[in-house]
Amino acid sequence: MLSCKEVSRLVSQGLDRRLGFAERLGLRLHLMICDGCTNFKKQMEFLRKAVKQLE
Amino acid sequence: MSDFRTRVEGERPYLLRFASLQLRDRHSAEDVVQETLLAALAGEAAFAGRSNLRTWLTGILKHKIVDAIRRASREAPSADEDLMEELFDESGHWRDMPSAWADPDAALEQKEFFAKLEECLARLPARTAQAFMLREHLGFETDEICKELGVTATHCWVLLYRARMVLRLCLEQNWFGK
Repeated sequence: MLSCKEVSRLVSQGLDRRLGFAERLGLRLHLMICDGCTNFKKQMEFLRKAVKQLE
Repeated sequence: MSDFRTRVEGERPYLLRFASLQLRDRHSAEDVVQETLLAALAGEAAFAGRSNLRTWLTGILKHKIVDAIRRASREAPSADEDLMEELFDESGHWRDMPSAWADPDAALEQKEFFAKLEECLARLPARTAQAFMLREHLGFETDEICKELGVTATHCWVLLYRARMVLRLCLEQNWFGK
């Protein structure tokens, strides 16, 4: 099982490259049971959206 | 694969252990070892006649490590590890579990939010901020950013990861409130 630390790194890298199958699977399993990382992932997506709108 | 190349590649685990010990960071260790192996392959002629491949490679690696440390100290006084230490415990759990932000989209309607976001961006080390803005604001792909900044892909991901972690904390503390 991936740790939250590893998951946070993969969530970030998922915004920059296509993750491998094992990485995606590990990520999905972890996110299913971890609210903290699920919130983190949403925040990362929000951050991307916010910076795009920066003028 | 040539014989020389196979032998050089065979030293990778040793070099990686050596570099990790020095740099205390797996990503930077991988980067310097990669640079070392590339330099070695390009400089095969320089090795000719010497007896010990490992000694020769370690010599190159030491220079690369010194360069990496110099680069890192130019960039950020506090290394990655400090931030990670602050965020995660020894087993990799969040010390402070991220909780949901209340109605983040509403923030996007507010000028003050973007002012705060810019303040947060200004706190990032220069290179980290450059990488992040190239990626998120200008929409460059990672390989283009690497070329632009002269760093490896791994280093690039580390910069982007660090930027996101710092920005998240900054927004949480200064906007979304705790």
